Amino acid sequence: MSEAVKVNVIRSPREPRALRLSRAERGFKGHPMVQLTLVRFREFIREPEAVFWTFVFPILLAAGLGIAFRQQGLEQLQVGVVIRQGADTSVVAAMRRDSTLVLKAYDDSAGALALRTGKVALLVIPGATRDRVQYVYDQGRSEAASTRLVVDRAIQLGAGRVDPVRASDTYVTENGSRYIDFLVPGLLGMNLMGSSIWSLAFAIVTARNKKLLKRLMATPMSRLQYLLSFLFSRLFFLVIEVVTLVGFGYFAFGVPLRGSLAALMLIALLGAVSFGGLGLLCASRARTVEAVSGIANFVMLPMWIFSGVFFSSSNFPEVVQPFIRLLPLTAVNDALRANMLEGASLAAVSPQLLVILVWGVGSFFAALKLFRWR
Amino acid sequence: MVTTSPALHVQALRKSYGDVVAVAGLDLEVRAGECFGLLGPNGAGKTTTIEICEGLLASDSGSVLVLGKSWETDGHDLREMLGIQLQDTQLAEKLTVDETLTVFQSFYREAREIGEVIDLVELGEKRFARVGTLSGGQKQRLAVACAMVGDPELLFLDEPTTGLDPQSRRQLWDLVSEFRAEGKTIVLTTHYMEEAERLCDRVAIVDHGRIIALGTPRELIDSIDFSHLPPPEPRKTHATLEDVFVSLTGRTLRDE
Repeated sequence: MSEAVKVNVIRSPREPRALRLSRAERGFKGHPMVQLTLVRFREFIREPEAVFWTFVFPILLAAGLGIAFRQQGLEQLQVGVVIRQGADTSVVAAMRRDSTLVLKAYDDSAGALALRTGKVALLVIPGATRDRVQYVYDQGRSEAASTRLVVDRAIQLGAGRVDPVRASDTYVTENGSRYIDFLVPGLLGMNLMGSSIWSLAFAIVTARNKKLLKRLMATPMSRLQYLLSFLFSRLFFLVIEVVTLVGFGYFAFGVPLRGSLAALMLIALLGAVSFGGLGLLCASRARTVEAVSGIANFVMLPMWIFSGVFFSSSNFPEVVQPFIRLLPLTAVNDALRANMLEGASLAAVSPQLLVILVWGVGSFFAALKLFRWR
Repeated sequence: MVTTSPALHVQALRKSYGDVVAVAGLDLEVRAGECFGLLGPNGAGKTTTIEICEGLLASDSGSVLVLGKSWETDGHDLREMLGIQLQDTQLAEKLTVDETLTVFQSFYREAREIGEVIDLVELGEKRFARVGTLSGGQKQRLAVACAMVGDPELLFLDEPTTGLDPQSRRQLWDLVSEFRAEGKTIVLTTHYMEEAERLCDRVAIVDHGRIIALGTPRELIDSIDFSHLPPPEPRKTHATLEDVFVSLTGRTLRDE
């Protein structure tokens, strides 16, 4: 029975072999390096969410924060006023004369709530006579302390204080010192870190999880070329990332570009490759996307906090500053800010470049050592 | 190309995972130009054996010669000469059939033309469709196409038809038969005795990490003593390879 069936299945032998194509005949596009890089490129652009998070999200973030923290002519200070029975309200009249103060009346409990929830920075409780007033505020909040100074000055002036020194104020606004100027280089650094680490970590762990990595290992594919394809595709996307975010900051908010653009690109490139090494390291052992997400977040979280993305890292105590400066994102952010805001040369940021380089080379070789190829 | 030296020569192969012995001193010889089937219940050591032969796993001891070469000394050359389909590889869903094959083609010094391979596996209509949109059978044929694009001398197929509908299964059988008709060697594992009976020149039944029976499907069927087979009545005249298999490996269920 089996013999009979076999005759049915096997067709007549095929005509002589069709031609075999050599490497040369397949040309440049047939080179494995080109093909592997194309895979990275295709997988990325065919994933709309990835495109959004990499390119659109940082712009929305910059726009939102740029608008929220834009410099208004004069800062408005929110002050709560609690008027108890029999209080002398002449201090209220004195505060009204200062246009930077926005007054809101509360009873005791509502005032306490408004203070606790940050609606007002300071509560003013006028005393029974005009020479008594009480301020309630949180000493640790910087805007509470400055509001107290302004309120107190208004009340003292209203009560007849005469300042012995006459001061004159000259106001300047200069691009480069605003929050948005601080923010855009930081967002760029954070984005370089995030997209490098996520794109490598996800792509590699998914390939490992789906046994695709193992399948590739069963071909003559070069492992080095496989890993390099990630770096090459990063370089391409890097140009788009830098151009969109920096271009947006420059045209929408006038964020300065005082350093050379070539140097800016080089810093970004070095940063992206270095974070690529970290991404590789994150992905070197993990078998599931969940595991690698945890690892990547664990690696990135300290840098989101300490590396001066949204606020200056100088807010942290002096003892931890040397460690903060050794984080790769701190180095990238400092170098980007020095280039864009101060017009610093590459030589001037060489300590930062060295930190970036050491992280990149170190993590790449550690990843190669640890990498689970199947 | 028919040579006298064996396509695959395995001697005293052993492999354990911790306390679990997967391969326990297995000997195997696959002749050049034949289609050879490895049969066995789940956990018998088929996949481990095949992955050691494919150079994807290191053995604990024993020797493996593939096309006369060993993995230690000629690993890279061997990769050029083998076509491999693994049990549960999921190819990138976002790439098209054409793109996937072009990537695999790029790894080989000499390779077959993409269009020809696509015709061979009858995926012409799906050439520019994303892998994610293919049916199970089409995906499996693409996996076989990826194994064939490097123009291998020896093809390893690990359960190539598991989970396929009868049509897709027959299409894959045709494919394997054509490859064999070109004089190439095939080593496949399967759970389907009918498949082994139709496709394979010789089969080996593996259990507990050893080969417990070896021969052509006909020889195995003729050799078996059916007296202890459970009802329906022993039926030597209509016996199939499946009867041989159950007779040798018992009726206890094996879970992976």
